[in-house]
Amino acid sequence: MLSAILVMAGIGLVLGAVLGWASIKYRVEDDPLVEKIDAILPQTQCGQCGFPGCKPYAEAIARGEADINKCPPGGEDGVKRLAELLGVDPKPLGEGLEPKPKSVAVIDDNTCIGCTLCIQACPVDAIVGAAKQLHVIVADQCTGCELCLPPCPVDCIHMEVVKEGVATWKWRYPVHAIRRVA
Amino acid sequence: MENYLLILIATVFVNNIVMSKILGLCPFMGVSRKLETAIGMGAATTFVLTLASGVSNLIDTYLLGADLGYLRTLSFIVVIAGIVGFTEMFIKKTSPVLFRVLGIYLPLITTNCAVLGIPLLNVMEQHNFMESLFFGMGGALGFTLVLILFAAMRERLEAAEVPKPFKGVSIAMVTAGLMSLAFMGFAGLIK
Repeated sequence: MLSAILVMAGIGLVLGAVLGWASIKYRVEDDPLVEKIDAILPQTQCGQCGFPGCKPYAEAIARGEADINKCPPGGEDGVKRLAELLGVDPKPLGEGLEPKPKSVAVIDDNTCIGCTLCIQACPVDAIVGAAKQLHVIVADQCTGCELCLPPCPVDCIHMEVVKEGVATWKWRYPVHAIRRVA
Repeated sequence: MENYLLILIATVFVNNIVMSKILGLCPFMGVSRKLETAIGMGAATTFVLTLASGVSNLIDTYLLGADLGYLRTLSFIVVIAGIVGFTEMFIKKTSPVLFRVLGIYLPLITTNCAVLGIPLLNVMEQHNFMESLFFGMGGALGFTLVLILFAAMRERLEAAEVPKPFKGVSIAMVTAGLMSLAFMGFAGLIK
């Protein structure tokens, strides 16, 4: 029993010494700032910032090559924390970075009072109905702009996410970054 | 000398650790998606495995002996974990790119059953120090060889037209099975 304890303790001691020596000998100087930025980023590795992952984005921020407002999954809260860490002013998320799945408005049949307010608000005439009649939204026409939500006095309109399917799938628009020229 | 050569050939081809002993399947399926990663993983595993076989043989002969045999698995795991930790630091310093590519699979060498299996097989077959070293190196080289071959095949499978139910891991499993069958052709080369 005693020899077993001694053997295991000895192995542990020797390995600990070797690892301790190695950690000094092979020390890698990580930029502490990168680590701190990386800790704030949500680690979704989604690439919406234009970098191949959270770590590269963190490195770009640390080098001052990237803005802090390019991370939609992190949200405003993430931008704020980054701003605090880096001592700069927080700014709203970059344009077009707010991700919203494509959705259409749907009217709840039981609550709609037929006030026509949403019909007047709809920019694409996707809502049909008349005064004191139930209104219906033509899903094919609806652009999901949400302009009909605020006028509804009974809050009977909600947005429903459109699932991608055979009928609704479309080619993605080619995305080009637009830059101001001189 | 001939003896060592025989051990090498036997472990690389005939008793290949992945193909005939079915050990170490986790990195075999996990890191074989790209050729470069497979090579890096193979190199790291070879280093760890060779060192681990040697050290564990020394521990078994000089520290444990006959009466402390029950500590074998425990002490081998501790030693392997230590060597993997060392390798991790070493690779992080010398090749940050490889370190990032290997990612989680590098610390996972610790729990790779091939890495624990080979030292235990060494004990079972009563190899001496040099034999253990060659057995470990051969096993690791066999692992590397199979990993690289498999990665090359999977890179081609990416481009191939695979029926939908077989896409991804399923076709990889089928391929691995066929490869294992092919490796059975080496059986009987060395007794």
